[in-house]
Amino acid sequence: MNTELTELAESVFADAASSDTGFDAKLWKTLEETGLARLTLPGDSGGSEASFADAAIVLSAAGAHAARVPLVETDMQAGWLLTSAGIPIPDGPLTLAAGDLDIARTHERASGTLHRVPWARSAGIVMLAGDSVLLFDPAGLTVTDGSNVAEEPRDTVTVDGAVTAASIGDHAGTELRLRGALGRACLIAGAARGALASSVQYAGERVQFGRPIGKLQAIQQMLALAASEVAAAGAATEAAARAADADGMLGAQFAIASAKARASQAAGEVARIAHQVHGAIGFTREYDLRLVTTRLWAWRDEDGSEAEWNDVVGTMALEAGADGLWPLITGTP
Amino acid sequence: MTSTLSRLPALVPPPVDLPPRAAELRAQVRAFLAAEREAGAWSPRADVWLSGWDERFTKELGRRGWLGMTIPTGYGGGGATPLDRYVVTEELLAAGAPVAAHWVADRQIGPTLMRFGTEEQRQKFLPGIAAGEVYFGIGMSEPDSGSDLASVRTKAEKVDGGWELTGTKVWTSGAHQAHAFFALARSAPKDDTNRHAGLSQFIVDLHAPGVQIRPIPIITGAHHFNEVVFDHVVIPDSMVLGEIGSGWHQVTSELAFERSGPERFLSTYPLLAALIGELTAGPVDAGTRRQVGALVSRVWALRRMSLAIAGALESGEAPELAAAVVKDLGTRYENEVVDAARLFVATPPDPGAPDGFARLLADAIQHAPGFTLRGGTNEVLRGIVARGMGLR
Repeated sequence: MNTELTELAESVFADAASSDTGFDAKLWKTLEETGLARLTLPGDSGGSEASFADAAIVLSAAGAHAARVPLVETDMQAGWLLTSAGIPIPDGPLTLAAGDLDIARTHERASGTLHRVPWARSAGIVMLAGDSVLLFDPAGLTVTDGSNVAEEPRDTVTVDGAVTAASIGDHAGTELRLRGALGRACLIAGAARGALASSVQYAGERVQFGRPIGKLQAIQQMLALAASEVAAAGAATEAAARAADADGMLGAQFAIASAKARASQAAGEVARIAHQVHGAIGFTREYDLRLVTTRLWAWRDEDGSEAEWNDVVGTMALEAGADGLWPLITGTP
Repeated sequence: MTSTLSRLPALVPPPVDLPPRAAELRAQVRAFLAAEREAGAWSPRADVWLSGWDERFTKELGRRGWLGMTIPTGYGGGGATPLDRYVVTEELLAAGAPVAAHWVADRQIGPTLMRFGTEEQRQKFLPGIAAGEVYFGIGMSEPDSGSDLASVRTKAEKVDGGWELTGTKVWTSGAHQAHAFFALARSAPKDDTNRHAGLSQFIVDLHAPGVQIRPIPIITGAHHFNEVVFDHVVIPDSMVLGEIGSGWHQVTSELAFERSGPERFLSTYPLLAALIGELTAGPVDAGTRRQVGALVSRVWALRRMSLAIAGALESGEAPELAAAVVKDLGTRYENEVVDAARLFVATPPDPGAPDGFARLLADAIQHAPGFTLRGGTNEVLRGIVARGMGLR
């Protein structure tokens, strides 16, 4: 474990924690100054050349403190696409438009509509269309605000203007999907940790029947169940990040798919227990528990839903068959 | 949220990667298992570490250097690491191989003798354990002491040249076939201000005069568990394990080995593999495929957690909290596999079938109550986790 990085990340994101909504420009500036904003990108792209294991540490801290910045999008998705395609990376945060797109393009211009683009109103927009990477000129974009269930921007973007385009190699789409899943899973693991920490703290403070509710075995049992989910999400994402470092994104496909699936399963269970332990106060807008639980609800179905990643793992398991399943799980054919 | 988060304990040790030599070892174990199955030596079964007693198989493992792997070579062991041992044990469990005869001796007796045993005790037992010829049981629970282990009443009284044991142990798997076990007994009167004091461990020869072993058949009628009664059994001073009065400390350090291994989530793995086999025989709808994916992602994650603990054990730590987490999550997972098998395949369980899906399902259903009880009930383990988080 990189203790120094863990402490830096915890402190940076803890300092920025607040119940506001929208892009946190001040935090983004700090992330750029500390080298955390483009952690895994190469040095000549302004990155810190860190490992995915390090990225897992930083993203977990960001998730735990409900950071309002497009870190996965900038570092692991859009920044990587631009770097791989040889397009110079513009200043500031970036985001990735993907999925169900209707876009007509020449080499220099594009038009159409991008749906549910994370942080589009605050970030440079990049997309992968076939084997081309596109960077949109902000002048040609019209953004209509939208959000996910955590009130994070997921905007609709109308495109009619200039683009910078370059081609990229095969498998970029698959790798991009895996990068998003790994990054999102790490955020989930962090948010789950945050929800557990809040719940343990609350159970120690809230007095009913003459004692803190955390002294009640019923509450202790629930929190231990939540802890085991947090542990599973953390171990799964750390292992997947190491697999990506060792074998590359494509080589780590099973590990990443499993980690995203497992973290998403944990998200629902941890959010449920956190709310049950908090009682009615946790269900209110004034109380900050929602900052992490709403993110758990949103993130488990983003960068591929829980159903989609379960499906990927299930498909791989069924293709492996009865005798091939164990080699698949152990990563040793 | 800062201080809150930093107060949360680390729930799992840092991740580890298996050493490169592990791949070669794994390939050797797989080749051996394939040859055994080819020869029809045994059929894959669920919960083999309780029910698969096969001394021939155990001796074959011993001959290949796959028992007592972490015991130093000077005592007949392999001088290898816990991660090497991990590779071998997970392969055996995943294959549903009959590992019960050596299970306790290999898992916890060897490491405990290396930690607390005398030179004489090590010389006496370790070579036999590594060869697959000496088998052990566990002598912890009693009729009135289950989850509350500190309440044991088996009494050890000092006599000339040794200790005299009187009392009863229960749920001792394989006592009728094993050579010895470690009995936890009260060697000093109970002190209500320190319940953990005055406990000691003794190495008991299960064939010694005064030891009576009676079967306690499980639900199926099968004989795995026993009641072991001591009627003034004299244990020589040379068979005291560790320090008199340190029994609690010794037993709890044994538990980190006992709770975190792959047997805590792989008891029903052969059923999961058979389930995949059944499903691939026909078309699979999207809903089933997704649930299979969820099930597989969970066992993959459990394995990574369990491996992280093996890595911590290798660096001399005893991560009690993490071991409790793995056992709670893992044994519940073993039950999830049973439910999935029932719901995805319409074949009813058949305890009379010689092997295959229906037999594995029947065995798993009938053994399932034990998964979340043995080695500390899940509720007690959650209490350990709650204490680790500062709630108790």
